[in-house]
Amino acid sequence: MKILVMVKQVPDTATQVKVGSDPRAIDTAGVTWIVSPYDEFAVEEALRIKEKRGQGEVVTVSLGPDRVKEALRSCLAMGADRAIHLLDPAWDGADTLATSRALAAVIKQEAPGLALFGRQAIDDDMGSVGAQVAELLGWPCASWIMEEAVDDGGKTIRVGRQVEGGLEIFDLPLPAVVSAQKGLNEPRYPTLKGIMGAKKKEIKDVKAADLGIAPDAPGLSVVKLEALPPRPPGRIIPGEAAAAVKELVRALREDAKAI
Amino acid sequence: MPGAFWCIVEDDRQGNPKKVMAEVLGEAARLTGQAGGQAEAVWLTDKATPEGVKQLGEFGAKRVWVLENAALATYRGEVWTPLLADLAAKESPQAILAPVTTRQRELMARLAARLGAGLSADSTALALEEGKLVATRPVYAGKLLSKVTWSKTPWLVTLRPNVFRPAEPQAGASPQVEKPAVSMPTEAMKLVERKEEAATGLPELAEAEIVVSGGRGLKGPENFVILEDLAKVVGAAVGASRAAVDAGWRPHRFQIGQTGRTISPKLYMGFGISGAIQHLAGMRTSKVICAVNKDPEAPIFKIADYGIVGDLFEVVPLLTAEFKKLLEK
Repeated sequence: MKILVMVKQVPDTATQVKVGSDPRAIDTAGVTWIVSPYDEFAVEEALRIKEKRGQGEVVTVSLGPDRVKEALRSCLAMGADRAIHLLDPAWDGADTLATSRALAAVIKQEAPGLALFGRQAIDDDMGSVGAQVAELLGWPCASWIMEEAVDDGGKTIRVGRQVEGGLEIFDLPLPAVVSAQKGLNEPRYPTLKGIMGAKKKEIKDVKAADLGIAPDAPGLSVVKLEALPPRPPGRIIPGEAAAAVKELVRALREDAKAI
Repeated sequence: MPGAFWCIVEDDRQGNPKKVMAEVLGEAARLTGQAGGQAEAVWLTDKATPEGVKQLGEFGAKRVWVLENAALATYRGEVWTPLLADLAAKESPQAILAPVTTRQRELMARLAARLGAGLSADSTALALEEGKLVATRPVYAGKLLSKVTWSKTPWLVTLRPNVFRPAEPQAGASPQVEKPAVSMPTEAMKLVERKEEAATGLPELAEAEIVVSGGRGLKGPENFVILEDLAKVVGAAVGASRAAVDAGWRPHRFQIGQTGRTISPKLYMGFGISGAIQHLAGMRTSKVICAVNKDPEAPIFKIADYGIVGDLFEVVPLLTAEFKKLLEK
């Protein structure tokens, strides 16, 4: 079975982000880039499905500028077989839906049995792309999955979808879209052999025209990014624990009216 | 009717809208007060109770669209999305709002794709500027705010719970009820079973007004019991930091932070949590933040409104007793 895993390159959580000279984007100078953590769960799960079945192909796909090759290379080092880089200035400023359309087009071309996503990317936290791709393809979709099992015949996938208050177990006919929630697995670290091997694996560049799509005007656009307004200065309550606790409870009740 | 602000209903699966709907409908009413049109509720369910419909009216829905069918008991994107999209195509609402829950996040994304519309997910503020909606959303682990706007209607938005001011319930309000005829789309996904989590007797983390949260400072899973005792007294949910979850002390569904839940309670109390960026991403929009940590340099004190530098094992039981005294009054 062929599995496509869509990944996004995002700034490392610990990295400083500042509003750029164009206030609609961040200043990328000095930013450390990583594969979004949820997408790593998706890559790991794809590799496990392939290993369990003893055959198949794992292909990672990412949309973005040149630097995105690094993210794809690290997925190849984890064990993915090849990669597709959606690289075209026409996608600069692509919103969620434009990204979904591009990914849906490449999935259609590749015709995998399963398309895996992370539940959201940790930069814009929109969490929409997997579901939108499913809608555009007309494929069934389960978001926030905590467990999965593909049947021996490769016809269906059983997933556990996390919802408020429980876990819903569904059978989905393949091909399908699923998105990974934390808890699905623990992603492996690339081995030295994996890293060396990744250098020889294929990363294919694909342009919008190759997919037969013309990027359209975004439905949602960023007006501007702003730094977070600072919270009012806090107060450390001094003194012995008993006295401090009394004062804290009083302050929460009378000053903050929080309880 | 053009100009309507639709609010997609999240319910408890027993026929009762969740209280977060007061926030969504309250915001819709506030916006329609400026933009014109009216707040309306759209309820996909297998059991629409008269009490539920009445409640939506009291929250401010002038009209309630009820799409009721046994096949809607469980959310399935391929069933719900076309139903909603067809109704939207017929009625042309100005905006479609929904609270952030796992299923609404997926449903609204699919609806946006089907309608070719923009979606602002997990928004924390909405405003009308020159007749256009502008949404504010935290991005980059909550380090920045992004203001976004739409090129055309309908404006699709999901709203972070506990952030928007809830509607004052208007007793006796009776909404117009519409039950459009629907033809159910074919389902592809088959529900095998639903595994309920063991009831904790405490509120759901994502919608709790008070959250008590523990980190590595708790020293072990057995010590969370002191936070549970505190939580029971104040009616709070119990959350945990990534460190505590990765150590296996709490199940992942209780994790607050970038790879867990994003919460915005009225009161957040963190114990033995240093306040890594990862964690702050999930709780920094809380209204009041209070922290207890041994280390006076812990980053959480930088964003806390109130802090106590001290031993949580001493502070928590005192706090529980003090709250008990206060709330028994």
